[in-house]
Amino acid sequence: MIIARRTRLVGGALLVLLMALILLPFASMFTTALHQSGTYPNGLDWPSQPQWGNFGAAFQAANMGAIFSSSVLIVIAVVPVSVAIATMAGFALGQLRIRGGRLVFLLFLLGLTLPFEGVIVPIYYEIRSMGLLNTRWAIILPLIGLYMPFGIFWMRAHFLTVPHELSEAARVDGATTWQLFWRVHVPLARPAVSSLGILMTVWTWNQFLLPIVLVDDPLQRTMAGALGAFQGQWGTDIPLLSAGSLLILAPTIVVFVVFQRHFVTALLQGSLKG
Amino acid sequence: MIRTTTSSPRDDRATSRGSALRALQVRARDVRLHGWLFVLPALAAYGLFVLWPLIQTFKFSLYLWDGVAPAQWTGLDNFKTVFSDPDLISVLEHAFQLIVFFSGIPVVLGLAVATVMQRLAPRRISATARTVLFLPQVVPLVAAGIAWSWVLSTSGVVNQALTAIGFGGVTRAWLGDFGTALPAVGIIGAWVLLGLCTVLLLTGMSKIDPALYEAAQIDGAGAVREFLSITLPGLRQEIGVCVTVTVIAALSAFDIVYISTRGGPGNATMVPGLMIYQLAFFNREVGLASALAVVLMVLVLVCILPIQWLTRKASDA
Repeated sequence: MIIARRTRLVGGALLVLLMALILLPFASMFTTALHQSGTYPNGLDWPSQPQWGNFGAAFQAANMGAIFSSSVLIVIAVVPVSVAIATMAGFALGQLRIRGGRLVFLLFLLGLTLPFEGVIVPIYYEIRSMGLLNTRWAIILPLIGLYMPFGIFWMRAHFLTVPHELSEAARVDGATTWQLFWRVHVPLARPAVSSLGILMTVWTWNQFLLPIVLVDDPLQRTMAGALGAFQGQWGTDIPLLSAGSLLILAPTIVVFVVFQRHFVTALLQGSLKG
Repeated sequence: MIRTTTSSPRDDRATSRGSALRALQVRARDVRLHGWLFVLPALAAYGLFVLWPLIQTFKFSLYLWDGVAPAQWTGLDNFKTVFSDPDLISVLEHAFQLIVFFSGIPVVLGLAVATVMQRLAPRRISATARTVLFLPQVVPLVAAGIAWSWVLSTSGVVNQALTAIGFGGVTRAWLGDFGTALPAVGIIGAWVLLGLCTVLLLTGMSKIDPALYEAAQIDGAGAVREFLSITLPGLRQEIGVCVTVTVIAALSAFDIVYISTRGGPGNATMVPGLMIYQLAFFNREVGLASALAVVLMVLVLVCILPIQWLTRKASDA
């Protein structure tokens, strides 16, 4: 028993050490953010006079309020639509089993491992010919398309697990296809739908490639894209850059902590299925 | 009694059942049609912003085009450049070197950490560690890149620690040194992906039947033997998933490299994703960028399909 307790202590200590290593970059960024703006402090060094005002200054310098609402607008435009059309398609492919469904599914599967860099160049010219460059639509519309492979994969997997007898019973009671979908299957799919929604929200928030290629104005971008611009502008002022970065990553951490259980299962199942 | 006297209602019922069946069949055909209406919006979005650009990438890759003047057909010349230009070859090599860091470290270290979490540590600490390890997976990669650029910089924590323990001589700007820049970028990726792999492997471990371990102990197997004969085979599928996800992340790395090094110093950390971006939008070599994009996509498939095949097949057996 004593030996077991000792190994437990060692194991626990190892984990604490690992956690410290994982948190180190955040800690370093935090102490740096509290130093005098424009100075070049040491990596991990608590300042004698913490400059809490740096957070306010970074908020102003990056125009954080505008960036935040821009990101929220993009998320609101992307996530509900993506989730809705992916759920509908997943329902048709997993539950209705439409003719030619396997082929359509394979077509979507093709996009599952696709790196965004593979299609970003033509997307740029496509968006340009639509006259949408430098607008939020340039991020919103492609993202909806790019999310379809995973979204459909995810929702189809859910609808495959729902017993087919349920649909048959609703049919016998005279339900139309839409009623079957909306009244019977959507309420049952709520956990799968909300997980997908959380995942897509974070992916959108953190999306970087599309904003930097398609939108020049940081105020029309996502948070991550705006952070890229902020780095370009304030890269030499390390304390201010650290404060700005912390402000930009704070919302994702809050979302993560609040929805932690959802989140971990969603990401895990997401990668397991993918 | 009823059987013999009431034969006509029975016929009625039979015919009505027949017509109901026919009605259901007709409806089933409608359903198939309606079903397509459900797929259509998703298919439209996918077609417009994935399939069509995908076809365009293949098309562009066969042309010499600066994005403005009319494109010129060049056949496979762009692909020949991708595989003969020393800069572009080194870009592909970097992608493979990153796999060692993005996949190797998270999977090996993840196995060790998951073992500790499951069997050797107090439960409460394990639960906290799960959350903390997952954090890098949630924050924007851009923020991770900025934080790590600072950690690895001349006056960063790494050098601070090295100096403190008497290794002041090896301190350097880790991301700015030709020898260490790529491994340094790799470490950032490993930091991001370690949590995902650990938690995935942990979930897999909890599915392994504890009776197997008991049986092994009765047979006198040591901890190493247990790990090799029970844990590892039981995790085959989860390891497959970890490798798949991390290999894709390594080959298509962009955000971290863009933020921490922009491909530098020189071309020491240039990776395919960033190169595509540079070629297409700064060097105005859209054709060459597209050829590299095609190579990247094929490379991902070539790496992923065998892994999938191996792990799926093994788990079926």
